[in-house]
Amino acid sequence: MAQALLNVRIERKHFDAVTVLRNIDLHLDPQEIVSLLGPSGCGKSTLLRIAAGLERDFSGAVSRSEQGADVAFVFQEPRLMPWLTVAQNIGFSAGADYDAPWVRQLITEVGLDGFADALPKQLSGGMAQRVALARGLYSRPQVLLLDEPFSAVDAFTRMKLQDLLLQLAQHHGIALLLVTHDVDEALYLSDRVLVMGSQQPSSIRLGLDVPLGRPRDRRDAELGRLKGEALTELQLAHVI
Amino acid sequence: MTSKSKTLPLSTERSWKPAFDSAAWKRRAKGLVLPVVALLALEFVVRIGWVPPYQLPAPSDIALTLRDLAGGQLWNHIGASLLRVLSGFAIGAGLALLAAAWVGLSREAEAYLEPTFAGLRAIPSLAWVPLLLLWLGIDETSKVVLIAIGAFFPVYLNGVAAIRNIDRKLVEVGQMYGFSATQLARRILLPAALPGLFTGLRSGMSLAWMFLVAAELIAATKGLGYLLTDGRETSRPDIVLAAIIVLAVLGKVCDGVLAKLEQHFLAWRDAFTGNSAGPTEN
Repeated sequence: MAQALLNVRIERKHFDAVTVLRNIDLHLDPQEIVSLLGPSGCGKSTLLRIAAGLERDFSGAVSRSEQGADVAFVFQEPRLMPWLTVAQNIGFSAGADYDAPWVRQLITEVGLDGFADALPKQLSGGMAQRVALARGLYSRPQVLLLDEPFSAVDAFTRMKLQDLLLQLAQHHGIALLLVTHDVDEALYLSDRVLVMGSQQPSSIRLGLDVPLGRPRDRRDAELGRLKGEALTELQLAHVI
Repeated sequence: MTSKSKTLPLSTERSWKPAFDSAAWKRRAKGLVLPVVALLALEFVVRIGWVPPYQLPAPSDIALTLRDLAGGQLWNHIGASLLRVLSGFAIGAGLALLAAAWVGLSREAEAYLEPTFAGLRAIPSLAWVPLLLLWLGIDETSKVVLIAIGAFFPVYLNGVAAIRNIDRKLVEVGQMYGFSATQLARRILLPAALPGLFTGLRSGMSLAWMFLVAAELIAATKGLGYLLTDGRETSRPDIVLAAIIVLAVLGKVCDGVLAKLEQHFLAWRDAFTGNSAGPTEN
């Protein structure tokens, strides 16, 4: 716990009279990949926004490691500035004097060579989300928080983007905290899966370890077995 | 590499077309059909004597009048009117942009200012004319102020709407990066509000021309509105029509300049441009 990059402790988070989160304690170790899995409306996005510091109105605490781990956020939608080119969007946090060689490298890493000067309106959904990933990496974060980043793209694009995400996380040595409602995605990507229930107020119902090496094979029987196990536990926990 | 296999053009689609684009010229030719037919019909009707020329001069006579005017006072009139419109528009639109930014960005300012602006807006702007004449006399100031009032409200209304329509999700990106209020305004709010601001500026400009004519019809010794009055008083419909044509051309040119600026600054917009292929010309 001491050397965890990110610690989030929430005693209570409420919107007006409704308590949405209660008694949550989660930590993220260096280079660890953790998924928050749960149905729509269970408060998992709120939890992620609290971890990102976008939501400050709650009782509890968010702490980062002593080195001050930099945290970046990737939204569910690409949220690119439509008036800026791909390169300008990636360097958006730095403004006009962004680090051009670093942006060029990121463009190559996310597979968008030749699109540096394209406008967002010329990109497909998957390409736009690649730009959003690169923008998240621009600040060289140690932790990347992702809010259902691939839920708006088709299944084939999603698989490619998942592999891209794993590759980027490994290459840059960053930890991922990912919100998803897709059991397969959670198991394929994560070291740990934290399951949240749908009853209000929600908290983390159970944690599943995924003790598999990488790279993983989506057809791996072990993944299938883990999915069966997860589904059983989800049922027992009355999540589904 | 992604879900969509079609290759995407790298240049913006609204890039300038070469000057000789046959499709574009065909479109323009279609637009000319109606006016040309109407002019020929008018010429014919006047020439064979169905309509007396002192009521409706033939188009060719109007052209001659325009040529005579162009050799004389016309440029002075145009200069006077243009100066009034541009200074009135600059003052009105400038103040409106400031007010819109203030009201749009601050709920507090909205609570204080919006009811007053709504009340002032309810006054038909021409109702200010007698008051302006009483207060400011009949010289330039009253005219410029009237034009500024006319240009103010469309720019203000569209400006506030533009700011309030900004996508909250984009603003959140800036908040995530810890942008200061100025950074947020300059890097996200201003570009995001630009389309709405241009709509406001263009309608403000057309209202400025409208109020110019109103102001000059009432009291002026030069300007295109004066030319209109002069033509009426001397029973010269050709002068009246010539002045109307000049007003139309100037209004179109001013709007065209704003439209070009809009096209330049808003090339990034992913908007519906009409059903037929090709860039829309306006």
